[in-house]
Amino acid sequence: MSIKKGTAWKFGDDISTDHIAPGRLFHLRTNLPELAKHVLEDARKDFASEMKKGDFIAAGRNFGLGSSREHAPAIIKLSGVSGVLAKSFARIFFRNSINIGLSLIECNTDLIDEKNEIEVDLKNGIVKNLSSDIEIPITPLPDIMIKILNEGGLVEHIRKHRDFQLL
Amino acid sequence: MGKTLSEKIIGKHSSKEVKAGDFVIAKVDVAAVQDGTGPLTIDKMSEVNLTQVKNPEKTVLFIDHAAPSPRKELSNAHKKLREFAKKTGSILSEAGEGVCHQRLVEDFVAPGNILIGADSHTCTSGALGAFATGMGSTDVGIGMALGKAWLKVPETFKIEVFGEFGHNVGPKDLILSLISKIGSDGATYKALEFCGKTIEKMDMSGRFTLCNMAVEAGAKTGIIASDETTKKYLAMRNREEDFKEIKADNDAVYEKIIKIDASKLKPTVSCPHTVDNTAGATELNNIKVHQVFIGSCTNGRIEDLKIAASILKDKKRNFNTRLLISPASKDIFIQALQEGLIEIFVKAGAAIVTPGCGPCVGVHAGILGDGEVCLSTQNRNFKGRMGNPEGLIYLSSPATAAYSAMLGYIADPGNI
Ligand code: SF4
Repeated sequence: MSIKKGTAWKFGDDISTDHIAPGRLFHLRTNLPELAKHVLEDARKDFASEMKKGDFIAAGRNFGLGSSREHAPAIIKLSGVSGVLAKSFARIFFRNSINIGLSLIECNTDLIDEKNEIEVDLKNGIVKNLSSDIEIPITPLPDIMIKILNEGGLVEHIRKHRDFQLL
Repeated sequence: MGKTLSEKIIGKHSSKEVKAGDFVIAKVDVAAVQDGTGPLTIDKMSEVNLTQVKNPEKTVLFIDHAAPSPRKELSNAHKKLREFAKKTGSILSEAGEGVCHQRLVEDFVAPGNILIGADSHTCTSGALGAFATGMGSTDVGIGMALGKAWLKVPETFKIEVFGEFGHNVGPKDLILSLISKIGSDGATYKALEFCGKTIEKMDMSGRFTLCNMAVEAGAKTGIIASDETTKKYLAMRNREEDFKEIKADNDAVYEKIIKIDASKLKPTVSCPHTVDNTAGATELNNIKVHQVFIGSCTNGRIEDLKIAASILKDKKRNFNTRLLISPASKDIFIQALQEGLIEIFVKAGAAIVTPGCGPCVGVHAGILGDGEVCLSTQNRNFKGRMGNPEGLIYLSSPATAAYSAMLGYIADPGNI
């Protein structure tokens, strides 16, 4: 996990999986590249078309609440987002993201404004807001999840060990 | 030190003493996916060459979210589930058989079980005294193949309910008020253990409604001790032998205890676009309703339909309000037919929707128009939930929904 730099896109509290991957596009769930063109469309219409590979999402509380659809983190990852920073994450979304290798960073996103340049060093747990020149403390992930992320996700973990080797 | 229900069940399944905060690999008794999450589950399994499932008779694939299929992409997804079920010997629940969570409690989950399901409302089954939690396609796919999953043992909030519900006030009003109180993320990662005199007296239907919505407060599961009521329910499903008594220790350690007096509750409604944004039904008389939906894994059970029928008997829906009703499962549908409820609904002007998720997930059957208001008995009102981000969704009990369908605006059924 190297150091990543990118521009922040701000989102509010309670961004649900319906905002990220809406039910009306249910039929695209078997076509993730197509679904990814609509990522977060119902929260910010401009996001999917204007974001650049490597950008970050900086959201408020409870990001990813709602359904268990893994398609939600999958299309965020597929669209090229480097990671999601939020004040907190909903449980199933959190687990799904780590399983598929999407980086989530819990921190105080009030310290990030729209279009700020962000640098994330996941290995050492450091987030910097380069635009305002401040370091933002983060809540570390549980060990078990670091293990999964380091192996590239749960599928990779199982491919390697043919069983859980997490504890 | 005493144990909570979750600690007891997870401990049994990981063959060691566990306490809240521990990470374990636990044996899984039942695993389930639905047509929205199942195809990805199958893909994830084949990515790692996992072609078999550990317990075929306890692995269930549900065709319920878009059932019958409204378009070819979904028909192909359904095909994939059917073929997988055939190949692995897993169980397939076809279009028309019902919503996954209702089918799971009817025929598959037993007290003391661990259930993982690729659907967030998997927590519904916790009402049977099981540890039931929603996960994503990858977790459930691996769980289906290996028969186990990694879990963090949750801390528990004890929700103690006492007092009698008022007229036309019930479990849905209770859970909406609780979520409003603690917030849509107030119980993130926690288990909600419901107990107290009101819960002891509550039928299974009400208990399912409570546990179903635990996830709307961010919880990992809702859970209730099994008792005589659970036993009777299982006996009615011809599953008496599945009963096992399971309850928390008296000295179990809870992170928080929340006490609720049911007699103080009023008919409660969640307003757009979050579940914790509630108001009393009386305060919303000015909200005109274009569509009412009575159904879903939250409130599509026979008891819910009976309440709705008691209000709609010999009455008509408001001219400006369409009414959609979907029994949550095939067996509920049959019972509703036998008891004459369906006739009452159709005479009142309702459209009956195939048992399944129906309009709840916004794929088919009842998608809202721009600016339209829906009052639904489902569990979620997020923006875009019913297929249109320009729609406005309010949530309520079946009593409030039925009464409002009659009047054409959100109305308090406590006054009937
Ligand atoms: S009825 Fe609604 S909430 Fe329940 S499983 Fe179906 S889509 Fe999900």
